[in-house]
Parts: sequence; structure tokens; C-alpha cells
Amino acid sequence: MNFETVIGLETHAQLQTESKMFCSCPTKFGNDPNSNICPVCTGQPGSLPVINEKAIRLAVKTALALNCKINNESVFARKNYFYPDLPKDYQISQFEMPLAEHGYLEIEVGGQIRKIGITRVHLEEDAGKLVHKGSAGIKGADYSLVDLNRTGTPLMEIVSEPDIRTPEEARIFMEELAHILRYLEVCDAKLEEGSMRCDANISIRETGETKLGVKTELKNMNSFKAVQKALEKEETRQKEVVSEGGKIFQQTLLYDEATSSVHPMRSKEGSHDYRYFPDPDLLPLYVDEKTIEEVRSSAGELPMDKFKRFLSQYGIPGQDITVLIESRHTADFFEETAKISGEPKLSANWIIGDVSAYLNANDLSLKDSKLSAAALSELITLVKNSTVSGNSAKKILGEMMKTGKKAKELVEAMGATQISDEAALVEIAKKVVAANPQSVEAYKNGKEAAIKHLIGQAMKETKGRANPQVIEGLIKKELC
Amino acid sequence: MSLHKLTAHELSDKLKSKDISCVELINDVYNRIDSVESKIDAFNCLTKEAAIKKAKELDNKGFSGGLSGIPIAIKDNICTEGTKTTCSSKILENFVPPYNATVVELLQSEGMIPIGKTNLDEFAMGSSTENSAFKTTKNPWDIQRVPGGSSGGSAAAVAADEAPLALGSDTGGSIRQPASFCGVVGLKPTYGRVSRYGLVAFASSLDQIGPLTKDVTDAALLMNVIAKYDRRDSTSADVATPDYRKALIKDVKGLKIAVPKELMGEGIEENTKKAILEALKIYEKMGATFKEISLPSLKFALATYYIIAPAEASSNLSRYDGVHYGHRSDKQNDLMDMYLNTRKEGFGPEVKRRIIIGTYALSSGYYDAYYLKAQKVRTLIKQDFDNTFKDFDVVMSPTCPSPAFKVGEKVSDPLSMYLSDIATIPINLAGIPAISIPCGFDNDLPVGLQIMGKAFDEETLFRVAFSYEQETRWDKRKPAL
Ligand SMILES: [Zn+2]
Repeated sequence: MNFETVIGLETHAQLQTESKMFCSCPTKFGNDPNSNICPVCTGQPGSLPVINEKAIRLAVKTALALNCKINNESVFARKNYFYPDLPKDYQISQFEMPLAEHGYLEIEVGGQIRKIGITRVHLEEDAGKLVHKGSAGIKGADYSLVDLNRTGTPLMEIVSEPDIRTPEEARIFMEELAHILRYLEVCDAKLEEGSMRCDANISIRETGETKLGVKTELKNMNSFKAVQKALEKEETRQKEVVSEGGKIFQQTLLYDEATSSVHPMRSKEGSHDYRYFPDPDLLPLYVDEKTIEEVRSSAGELPMDKFKRFLSQYGIPGQDITVLIESRHTADFFEETAKISGEPKLSANWIIGDVSAYLNANDLSLKDSKLSAAALSELITLVKNSTVSGNSAKKILGEMMKTGKKAKELVEAMGATQISDEAALVEIAKKVVAANPQSVEAYKNGKEAAIKHLIGQAMKETKGRANPQVIEGLIKKELC
Repeated sequence: MSLHKLTAHELSDKLKSKDISCVELINDVYNRIDSVESKIDAFNCLTKEAAIKKAKELDNKGFSGGLSGIPIAIKDNICTEGTKTTCSSKILENFVPPYNATVVELLQSEGMIPIGKTNLDEFAMGSSTENSAFKTTKNPWDIQRVPGGSSGGSAAAVAADEAPLALGSDTGGSIRQPASFCGVVGLKPTYGRVSRYGLVAFASSLDQIGPLTKDVTDAALLMNVIAKYDRRDSTSADVATPDYRKALIKDVKGLKIAVPKELMGEGIEENTKKAILEALKIYEKMGATFKEISLPSLKFALATYYIIAPAEASSNLSRYDGVHYGHRSDKQNDLMDMYLNTRKEGFGPEVKRRIIIGTYALSSGYYDAYYLKAQKVRTLIKQDFDNTFKDFDVVMSPTCPSPAFKVGEKVSDPLSMYLSDIATIPINLAGIPAISIPCGFDNDLPVGLQIMGKAFDEETLFRVAFSYEQETRWDKRKPAL
């Protein structure tokens, strides 16, 4: 039997807002338990939620990037269920009328573009954290502690259509989505740290069949690799079960990264009826066209479009562009440097090469470093004009990034100005020729390479400041 | 001097002219409470020490008018920082809120003095205060009878001169019905006029805080203090608040009054009907006209209310689970046990009944037939009122079908208890304002006239109510305690 795999993904992304979804508590992590809390996020009697507008804008920005239709009117609803990490015993989410719907995301799989439908993008609040004493879960624990710092943190849920056909595609979808979220500065999108979480629905069906098979839900995949691995395991399992004449049952499975296997989650008693209904504490959310346009223009160009433009505008290799557009800041930095210096290729090389190396070595981001596009452009121009040698420039760059000083300033201070003046170099050329009779001999005997040694000696004399082309000419003159 | 007999505006004048001191006033009020509270049972707790301290501060500062220095009783479902807020429920019996409701902040910045928290039906669910987990408040006009509910403690406290004025909350009549039973003035403002932040939610889309006072002027003055847009309540309306005192004019010439026959027919007692008709004649005499109309959607109001209110309540009351605050059962073998026993022990029968009704109405498979349909009917009721206000300035009806009933008379019959709110419930569903004012007596028990107005037009209600009050002075009659 030939099978086709059908996968849909549900992603939760923590939004990078200063404050929580419905109150003004900070969203910072790492504080003492229950220090970032207030009457609203602890569900005190009488407290009321107020929508965080920044969160709305971030979600709209994401939805636009995912080609969604923004609903001018959307509704926050209550999802009712009892759990100790949920102080109100309902989660404010969106159900029947989400913020945005009907989008898609294009991903590149094996050189081909695949279009994956986005069902909806909506906003909700996160729950708190439980710490259990004496057991891994709440069942069997001696006691459990509740930390509400995370309660009420804005979460954006992005639901894909069941358009994904392989576990590899699922991984690539998640990577591209994470890239977009980071690029838009909406979420830092770290699966390992839980700022982005992914649940996957997977089913198989006979090739050619149009009806969906019974799906299982996979959870607890804490890396992009794990998304692919878990789905591969479950895909294999389902195929084996069906091939052996068995049936797939709807269930939730947890992925165990250590053993790279999936296990059924202990089933909760009965199936949940969340009794969704519009939250009467919140009026319908109106997002007008003006706001949408504002967000659209502030969001700027998307990674995919930027890639295509860089390719045709700057003629730099695709793999370099991928690095440059990893973050919006880097892409902008590159474009500015290219514009000021008039040297897109050199700019790209510097940014991908020495600038990145310095940042990695010092665990910095370009944003945090003291390097400006104008400063880098100046350095590039100095090299181009042969005012400094490439080697000196590397040293100067390090200093620039550390101190924020200008290239020219450093070049002068370090005495690193390249000497291109023939009058200043002619004595050096003479001295080198006189001091190295063997090399002179070899050169005259037709060993062209021998001149390299002479140039090297001249460089040594000038501490690397001699212009290589000028000194070569002068030495040749001496040798005639 | 029997200061407790006076209205808030009379007291305000005396404070301003230094005729009396605020400490004197507070002491007089607590003396009055000492002498009648054992009969009335209006308060869940008193805050005498803090009140006297505040009064001393104010005496040193002087009074600028308004309601500065005036004592006020607060319904015990409005959060007061550092003072227990119990909702007359076992589940919150020892709950001390970490914050003040917006209205409490507004009272404080006006310089008003909270004197205590008043009894209510548990979580404001009821019409008699008999659903309080602690005690039943008695009607000052006849202590064999209920004061109405759920703001029965606030209404009784004002009627018994234990407080010059009080705050209540109204979800289906919980200010107006006890005001009517106790012969005082009670206003349910337009939904969104007064912030709900800090009002312990019963049914969020219907709840509204409002004043219970001895006369119309005091109600206007208290509204001047509490009616204010609040960013912390997303359902609060960002509209300007007028000076309601300016609406207190005796003039109803040309006023057009609609009287829905649905609220004057079956189920309304004859003497109540008679009192309302006499009130309408007085309005006619003052230059107004009235006409009987029909609002057919009103006959669905009660059923609609008993879907929407319990549905919202079932979700609002989920948080009382023993985890974060309030009562937690000792019997807790596991999480489910803790939830079940905490709620079993903490909630009374009426609250449980409504949680079950509401949970059912929201359940999948029933949602469309109940909750969604109820919301549609609610829209129709609202439209019926909107249309009426195209041709009329106000709508009038009895506030309640009968005067106060006897303690115990309806406890075992929830349906007949629900029917006592038949005339008040439609107003909450429509979101419009309505005021109940005394309009006579039936065998020495007060009867209330309900005046309903356009959304955010409390001014017309005040003018119309004030005109009648000036003409009749029912407010001057006091219960013999
Ligand atoms: Zn908070």
C-alpha cells in the first residue's frame, strides 16, 4: 500500500511585549516566583482585563507577513477549564472570530517552492508554572507550588492547514516561521527555551484518497530537529499499524528527545468541553484599515521578498544573502554600508566575515556592537584607496567594534596608514635589494617568485605599511 | 441632634457651615447602628476605627461641599483594600482584597467615609438577602419581611437611617427592587457608566454599581462622584459625565411617558398597580402625558436573563477553587477532591443552582439553543426599548409586582422569587438606566415607581424623579423602628 502523510502544525509564540496581555505586569523572566503579578493576572475577584495594544500590533504584523486577511472585528472568548496554573480557571483566547485567517507561508523544499496554508492567527494568554514536590506531575505529588509570573504573557497561536506532506517539510516550515518571527521582532522563537512551542497533527491515508485519516497529536518537541524526528517516528508507527491491518486512534503523544521515541500521554478523564463563549469583560476588538496599513508599512519587506531583491540588485551569492537577511537589523546594516561605500560585495564580505567573527567571539549581536554602517563604509573605502592594508584593516575593525572609534582616527593613532609615496619607499627598496643578494641572484636567473621574498622584507621594514604594488614596482626598478 | 435622619446633602451643608463636625456625625451614625442593627442585620462588618480616624483628618482640613465627609455603606461585593469582602459567601468569608475597587477610590478622593460592608444574597444572586451565608437582613418597615435583594443590606441600612447613603450593585434589579421594598431611591446607571473594576463579578454583561439614597438629590450627588470613565474596565464608556445636580429641576411639562402593558398586567398586585396609576396622574397634573404601549419581547426577558446571567456566572465563579485565595476544603486527597469539596462546602444552594444552569447552557450541543438564542432575544429587547424612546422620553412601570414579602415566604420556590424581578430584569438586558423612587404605600409597605430612560441619559431620570418627589414628598415618611 502507498501512503500519503498529512501534517498540520499549531505554533504558540510568546510575543516580545514589555507587559502582559491583559495587565501592565512586566513579561520579564528569571525573577523570584510570584513577583511579576497583580490583581488582574492572579484572577483576584473583581479584577478586569484590558487588551495590550502592542500585542495586537505584533500579531497583525505577523498575520500580514503570513498573507492573512485581518478581521476588522475579532472576539476574545473564554476557554473554561480547571487547573491550578490558571487562576481564573478560564483562559482568555480567541475562538470563533480570530484576529486573522486565510493566509499562507511559502517554504523552499528541495529547490521547490511549497505553499502551506495558514488557517488562523489569534491571541491568547499564557498560563503559570507549577512545581511539584515528590512527583513529576501533580498526581502523586506531596504538594505543588504555583508561580504566576508567566500567567498572562501574550501568546500568538498560528495554525497551519494540513498541507504539509513530510516531516522534513514540517521542520522547514517551523524554521521559516521562526525566521519570520525573529525578523519581524515579534518573538525570539526559541523552541529550546519554550518561547516558541509546536504541536503537530499527523495522519496517513492511501495515496489518492481525499478524506483525512484519523490523526494523532504530537507534543513536547523542543527543537526543529525534534519536530522532524518525532513526526518521522509517528509516521513510521502509523504506517506499520495500518499495514498490519490495525487502526489509528485519536490520541496525544509526547516526544522523548533522550530516547527519540513517542509515547501516549496519560489520557485525561473524559474529553474536554471548554464551554467557549465571548468574554463579556472585553468588547469586540476592532482593528481598522488605518492601523493595518500603519503596521504593514512599519513591517517593511519580508525575508522572501528581500532575498529576491538582494539577488537582482546586488548580485551577491544566495548563501550570503541568507546570512545577511537572518535579522532585519543585519539586512538594513548591509544595505546602508553598501550605499555609503558603493561596494555591496565588499560590504557583504566584511559583514559575513570579520564582523560576524568578532560578534561570535564576543557573544554580541550587531545591534549591541558599537559598529555603525558609516564607520564600516569608511574602513572599506580606506582599504579600497590603499590607505590601509587588508591585514591592518582587520585589526582596526576589532578596535572599532570595541571602542566605537572611527577608522581614520585609529589608522592614524596606530600608525597604520599605508605608505604609497614612492619617495618614502625608494630608500627601503634599495636597502632590501642590497641586503638580499641571493634573492636578487635568483630573480635575475629567471625565478620570478624570488621577488616575493624581497617584497616581504620591505613589508617587514615598514611594519606592513608599504603599499604592496608600489614597493613591488620600486624593487623591480632597482633590479633592472 | 439626630443627624442620622438627615439626607447626605443636608449633612453636607451642615459640615460646610461648621454647624457640625464630621466626628460628631460619624459617632451619631454608629450610635444609630448600635441601637437598630440587632433588628435589621444590614451589615457584614463595620469599620468604625478607620471611619473616626478619617473624620478627624477631615475636620482638620475643612469641607468643600459635595459629599466630602459623608459616611457611606458599601455592598460587600465591592472590593475594599484591607477590609474583608465576603460577597456573603462562605467561600470568601475571610477574603481581604489586595486592592480597592475604582468606585472606592473615587469615594475616597471625594473625602467620603466608608462605615461598613453591607449584607447581600450570596454573590448577589437573589431577591431577599435570604441567600446570604451569614444572615438575613430585615425590612425596616416590617422586620417580618425581607428588604429585597440582592443589595438588601444597603437598602435597609439607608431606610433604617444607619447610613445616609449606600452603594449597591444591580444585575437584574438588585438595587431597584430593594430600594422599592425599603422605600428609598435606587438607581441602576447605564451599563458602562460606572466602572465595574473591583466589583466581584456575577454576570459581567449585566452588572452595574449604583447609589441607594434617601432622596433623588443624594442619588445625583453620589453619581457625580462615581460616574467616571475607567481605563481598567474595558466595558466602561468613554463619555463625558454631566453635573447631575443641574438636572434636579421640577419640570415635566410636555414629558411623554410610555407604560408597557406587559408590566402592568398579570402578576402585578392590584394595590401596586393603583399606586402606579396615581403616580401617572400626578405626572399628568404636572403637564406630562402618558400612554399605554406594548413591548412584546418583554415576556421573554426572564427566560433570557436566566440563561445569560448564570452562563456568565458559571465562568466568573470558577476561580473560587481553593487554590489561590478564599476557602479551601480540609478534605483534599487529590486535586479533583480539593476542587469538589472546596466548592461543595463554599457555595450555597442558589449559587450552585445557577452555576449548574449556566454550565449546562454553555455546554457543546446546547450553546446555540440556549446562550446564542438568548443573546438574540436580548438584542430584540434592546431594539424594543430603542424604538420606544423614539416616541417617548421615559418608560414607567412598577419596580416590583408587589411590596416586600415575608421572610421565608419564597425561599423554597425559586421561580416565584425570580418573578419578583420581572420588571427590573429587562433594563439590565437592554443596558439602559432606570431609577426606583417611592410612590406610596400598600398597607404601610412602600411601593416603588420605576422610571426607565435612554442609555447615558440619567439626567432625564433625575429630572423626572425629582419633579415627582418634590410634588409628593413620600421620602419624608420614615419607618417606625
Ligand atoms: Zn498582572
